[in-house]
Amino acid sequence: MKLQPFAHFEQALQQRALRNRVLSSNIANADTPNYKARDIDFGTALANASGSQLSLAKTSELHRNAWGTSSVGADVKYRIPMQPTLDGNTVETDVEQAAFAENAVQYRATLAFLDGQIRTLRYAIKGGD
Amino acid sequence: MSLFKVFDVAGSAMNAQSVRMNVTASNLANAGSVSGDADKVYRARHPVFATFGNALANETGVAGVRLQGVIESQAPLQVQHRPDHPDADENGNIFVSNVNTVEEMVNMISASRSYQNNVEMINTTKDLLLQTLSLGR
Repeated sequence: MKLQPFAHFEQALQQRALRNRVLSSNIANADTPNYKARDIDFGTALANASGSQLSLAKTSELHRNAWGTSSVGADVKYRIPMQPTLDGNTVETDVEQAAFAENAVQYRATLAFLDGQIRTLRYAIKGGD
Repeated sequence: MSLFKVFDVAGSAMNAQSVRMNVTASNLANAGSVSGDADKVYRARHPVFATFGNALANETGVAGVRLQGVIESQAPLQVQHRPDHPDADENGNIFVSNVNTVEEMVNMISASRSYQNNVEMINTTKDLLLQTLSLGR
């Protein structure tokens, strides 16, 4: 069995967590003058994180492949506001809340995928039940 | 787990918003207060928010809110000519505080909404963390 469990899901979770932090910072700074709202491009960020995977050197054919993640490369960019305000703040609370809710749902989805994989593995290990 | 930072961020914002609520309460309580001395009359106060340090420069994505200070409004005082008032100055004038009640009510609603936003953010993030902890159960 080629064991490559949880591929990409770990990075996806980390990127989701990063996006959660960025969006929560935006909502927290909704009333801060001159604060510029930011967001990450999830697709690009995940591709960058997956591309920078670390692997262990193998000295024998019997060694298993092992993966590790390098630190999450943040790809934080500034948001272009639809309605700029007079105090230089570019946070649009409704946009940020929608993005936050979307991100939370996708975090949960990633968790569900991971959970399914863990259950599958346990099923295989225990041989049923 | 990096999601924990959200609690710090939201906590700092809630702290700042609660200061804003307190300042608004002081302003509303002192609206209409008068004095015969222009230097002693209550002037409206407003909190000034700022982002923590160089939070925007780093790439962790975390940017909390900090209270930079509380400034006194420079709006002109209203002068009323009321010679019968016990606090009136030698010209018979009294000065009325420059608190704008409408502005303060707007501030109060805005602060309360922002506070609620942050509470919701903490609740959602808490749910996500708890679900992460129960992975594979």
